[in-house]
Amino acid sequence: MKTEDLVCLLSTGAEAVDLRLPSRRWLLALASGALIAFLLTAGLLKLNPALWHETSKPMFWVRESYCAVLGVFGFITVVRLARPGLRLGLAPMGIPVAVIAMWILAVVTLAAASPQTRARLILGHTAGVCPFLIALVAAPLLIALLWVMRSLAPTRLRWAGAASGFTAGSIGALVYSLHCPELAAPFLGIWYLLGMLIPTAVGAWLGPQLLRW
Amino acid sequence: MPHSSSISIEERLRSLMLPSLTGDAASYRTFLDELTTHLRSYLRRRLGSLPDEVEDLLQELLLVVHNKRHTYDPKQPLTAWVQAIARYKLVDLLRRRSRGDVLTDPLDEDDQIFATTASDAAEAQYDVAKLLRGLPDRQRLPILYVKIEGASVTDTAVRTGMSESAVKVGIHRGLKALAERIRRIG
Repeated sequence: MKTEDLVCLLSTGAEAVDLRLPSRRWLLALASGALIAFLLTAGLLKLNPALWHETSKPMFWVRESYCAVLGVFGFITVVRLARPGLRLGLAPMGIPVAVIAMWILAVVTLAAASPQTRARLILGHTAGVCPFLIALVAAPLLIALLWVMRSLAPTRLRWAGAASGFTAGSIGALVYSLHCPELAAPFLGIWYLLGMLIPTAVGAWLGPQLLRW
Repeated sequence: MPHSSSISIEERLRSLMLPSLTGDAASYRTFLDELTTHLRSYLRRRLGSLPDEVEDLLQELLLVVHNKRHTYDPKQPLTAWVQAIARYKLVDLLRRRSRGDVLTDPLDEDDQIFATTASDAAEAQYDVAKLLRGLPDRQRLPILYVKIEGASVTDTAVRTGMSESAVKVGIHRGLKALAERIRRIG
């Protein structure tokens, strides 16, 4: 077929394109991924019985904001990486800024604590399982985000996969926090971050394989 | 040459693309025609040592521009969108060839797609028409009737016994499958 015939084929009967389709798919992916993540947390891990009581502590809201802010910056990056030729802007820079803010808070917390309590602030009671449980809860979100990414047109596949993984990890951590009893800044700065980085690494590995078009 | 500066090319192509996105097939035809000349000239410069690949990649690019046009954000420069797609596909082709020597010079940002035009039509080495015959009927027939013979979706639905939405889905999936097959051949 000659190229001009292909142009004719493509344009003949071409219909209107729904430009809001990508946004709708992203919202659907976030909603369905977060719902399954919540069901995993509530069903498999059980919600923290002291959850209601903890909402009165400032650190509860620091933890929720930390996960939510990382999720928002990650998601903006994901959306931008899904469209060819869009500049990433400053959103990806928000991620290290939020992480460093948490680390500063962690250092301040440790400095103010008595030496005997420092190990507890870092390790909490769940350091050994926390990153893996966050990765587990994030899995449905990662699948949903990669699914939508595949239907769009990422041109930097490894970054697109990594950003999807990080966003899944942050929102997964936010959902997981409904189960998690840990509130100390050093714990959040280490184990929560590691939990987010596991799906990030999985996404970076899967990206070039799954997202090619 | 009717459009000399890159700003006027941006404006010209956008003025064709925006109505295309709302279903203006005539604007879309002109858009694809003009895009073809820009892309062909770009690919000829880029694929200097692989001249046979130019028309192949050009047709693949036209198909993916069509299939991925829902990822264009009207607030964004259209030339940047096209350029990112072309570079992605070009790098992909060079990787598939896994030959470092095909690049006549590094793939830098300076080489503008929209700097020159090349308009003599040619055929690709693979044949889209032949690939089309390999598609299942639920995709092949809607593309054949609507996109090649120019029949309406309604008439095609009657002729094939499919629903109108199945005809539209068949076209959409068929063109995606074509792009996928071209990618796997290459």
